[in-house]
Amino acid sequence: MDYTIEDLEVWNSRIVEIVHKFGLDPYPQEFEICDHEDMLTYMVYSGMPSHYPHWSYGKSFEKLKTLYEYGVSGLPYEMVINSNPSIAYLMRDNSLALQVLTIAHVYGHNDFFKNNFTFGATRAQYTIETFKSHANRVRHYVEDPSIGLERIERILDAAHALSLQCRRNLSIRKLSAEEQIETKVQEAQPPTDPFGAIHRRQDYISPDLNKVPLYPEEDLLIFIRDHNPHLADWEKDLLTIVHEQSQYFIPQIETKIMNEGWASFWHKRILETLELPQNLHLEFLVRHAQVLRPSPGGLNPYHVGMKIWENIEKRWDHPSAEDEKQYGRRNKSGAEKLFEVREVERDASFIRRYLTEELVRELNLFEYRTRGNEQVVSRVADDLNWRQIKETLIQNVGTSTIPVIKIEDADYNKNRTLFLRHHHDGRDLQLEYAEKTLQYLNQLWGHEVALETILDNRKSLLCYSDNRLAIKNGI
Amino acid sequence: MTVTRDPQSGIVRIAETIFRPYNSSSGQRSDRSAGDRLRHRQKVREAIRNNIADIIAEESIIGKDNNRIIKVPIRGVKEYRFVYGDNAPGVGQGGDQEPQPGQVVGQGEKGKQPGQPGDQPGVDYYETDVRLDELIELMFEDLELPDLERKRLRQIEVEKQFRQKGYRRKGVRVRLDKKRTARSRLKRKKASQRRDLTGARSRFPFHKDDLRYHHSVSDLRRESNAVVLCIMDTSGSMDTMKKYLARSFFFILYQFISTRYQNVEIVFIAHHTEAQEVSEEDFFHKGESGGTFISSGYNKALEIINERFHPALWNVYVFHCSDGDNFESDNPAALKAATELARSSNLFGYGEIKPLGAGYYGSSLIPLFSQLDEPNFQTLQIHRKEDIWTSFKTFLAKDRGREDAA
Repeated sequence: MDYTIEDLEVWNSRIVEIVHKFGLDPYPQEFEICDHEDMLTYMVYSGMPSHYPHWSYGKSFEKLKTLYEYGVSGLPYEMVINSNPSIAYLMRDNSLALQVLTIAHVYGHNDFFKNNFTFGATRAQYTIETFKSHANRVRHYVEDPSIGLERIERILDAAHALSLQCRRNLSIRKLSAEEQIETKVQEAQPPTDPFGAIHRRQDYISPDLNKVPLYPEEDLLIFIRDHNPHLADWEKDLLTIVHEQSQYFIPQIETKIMNEGWASFWHKRILETLELPQNLHLEFLVRHAQVLRPSPGGLNPYHVGMKIWENIEKRWDHPSAEDEKQYGRRNKSGAEKLFEVREVERDASFIRRYLTEELVRELNLFEYRTRGNEQVVSRVADDLNWRQIKETLIQNVGTSTIPVIKIEDADYNKNRTLFLRHHHDGRDLQLEYAEKTLQYLNQLWGHEVALETILDNRKSLLCYSDNRLAIKNGI
Repeated sequence: MTVTRDPQSGIVRIAETIFRPYNSSSGQRSDRSAGDRLRHRQKVREAIRNNIADIIAEESIIGKDNNRIIKVPIRGVKEYRFVYGDNAPGVGQGGDQEPQPGQVVGQGEKGKQPGQPGDQPGVDYYETDVRLDELIELMFEDLELPDLERKRLRQIEVEKQFRQKGYRRKGVRVRLDKKRTARSRLKRKKASQRRDLTGARSRFPFHKDDLRYHHSVSDLRRESNAVVLCIMDTSGSMDTMKKYLARSFFFILYQFISTRYQNVEIVFIAHHTEAQEVSEEDFFHKGESGGTFISSGYNKALEIINERFHPALWNVYVFHCSDGDNFESDNPAALKAATELARSSNLFGYGEIKPLGAGYYGSSLIPLFSQLDEPNFQTLQIHRKEDIWTSFKTFLAKDRGREDAA
């Protein structure tokens, strides 16, 4: 260790000063110095000091550790939790320059957590307590001799498989049952017709208010919890826990590129302002380049994100003649625009609005498709294709990577079959995974489940019951 | 900016910022993931066990040493979700070179599964590395035959020597430990001085309570010996496939016996019209031509047993692999020798190897051996690799040791 805690304090206080000067608005920050084993553990348990047990975390630990020990992948320099106060872990063995860079980076994430709209519903002040309470409840069930680990694992395995099948935009309030009925009734009213006097009055078709669910339902676990009367209380509680945890993580999935880009953008800005001594500054430049280096073939969210942020600032501070022509005079400075975007966008909209043709070319983006056993470049950044590449990228960020599957009917064919529809956007489901996931769904629901989707351009119904998947094509 | 330091915990507060120094002894540094790792490991073992029949039928495990690592496909520890399949395009960044349409940029499955919360890659692994001996252990667990009783009669109990084990206050004079005795006297003396500070008495003799004796126990070491006699027909009609099947079976048998007994010998007897003891290498690789007298192999085995592995001292396992061809005239002799062999061994098996598609030319000896009425004799038919495991199970079920124990 080439530094002491006092060094970190000194640098931190200077960083905090600059953070405030730039107008960033983070939660209070706590740093914990940890070693690599701790870091591995925190990565596995999403950084939480307390987390419920499940074998899958053991699995990812083993995997991460192997990758780390074989040098395939390094460990992150830091890990930040979206909580108030925010908690960040710093690796003890990192050099001082790296710690300074990391501290600055952490404030970027922290500011983003506090101010981006997607995190509004995560209740950051309760994060640690919520996870702790989840852990305690699960442990309590494990210790309960009438339940036991095996049965808990059965539920958790199934719940984990379905956990990301939930609402994606948590800033949109979910309608309560009464409100849903009200909306349904209102929708059924014929529209007011200004020529009502001469037109024939439209027939009023009364809505079927007995249908469950009234509107297609995305929160699979919650729906099952509320509509499967055979579940025990502890089983319902486990479903709630898993659901709440994935709700907590959805915003992080939704803003990966923005968030990493934002933190990188600001750590660079902060360190350039810090007037680091030369030796630290040189190391900072090396580390910064390492983190921000594009990964050929893959997509480095740090790099892509930061490029877009820099581009936004540039285009608002110094708009090109073309931009001026297209959008008129800017009424915001670059900095104002940055803070606005940081608040109101998520990855999909961020890329849709701010990834320009120029950037697609600069980042050297390309689209690839799987052919046989290989991935083959299908489009490169040229005049004809850049828009399509951008569209594909949007499909590959945030929750767009998760298929949209909604429950349409809980009493399909009048035999309590759970009917779901996959909102197909050109991408088929992976069938082996779909089968196993349907098996879990079937287990939780207790009756047959049927998923409507499109496979190889044919409308198909995947029905799962009695441990068997039946595929009905061309329905 | 205000800086405060809590002198006890070392926690530093700078305005709103808190630094928690690294603490190698804090309770938070316990190995949190240990339980989950253990559970995962159990699940992996479970998954392997469920596929054990497929795995051991694979050719790769035969004749390999125990430290060899084999890749075993794992089902059941994958985490399934709804994910997109192959027709979902992805986006990547080019490096220094411009990517060209049609250029291959990757192999196999891409990490299309939505990562777990946090930023872990979503790629699931499908295989795990298992050491061969671990696999064999699992195989035996699957067999549920771990308690083959070591037959008391067949264990040689060697009274090794006396071993010192602690001290006693009583004993025979010859085992008196003078040093300890003197030491306990000193202890007693010190203790009495503390009580009685008035002055040391001139004489402080040994007391009976001071005496210490060595205590020794006789160390019994149980030795168990086993010999595996592999007899194989190496006549011209045994082709590679048949030999492979035979080899798999012998391998498993040997491995199994090795885990049960401390001292395991293995003897290979190759026979056609005559029998001879050979090395493992020759056993599997040397092709002979000519006819078959099975009795020759059995007689050779009996001879070896009588010479070197007396059944009173050795657990004898005999297995014979053949393709069922034998000269008619030899049959009575073979039956007689087989009966004798069954009586002097723990377990005697005859495996007839007839790969499917090899055609049913030639005869079978199974009808002949059905006349042999010994409880520890077993005939098996092996057609395919997949049969080995089931045959092996059936074979072991007849172990005499097991019956004795029951």
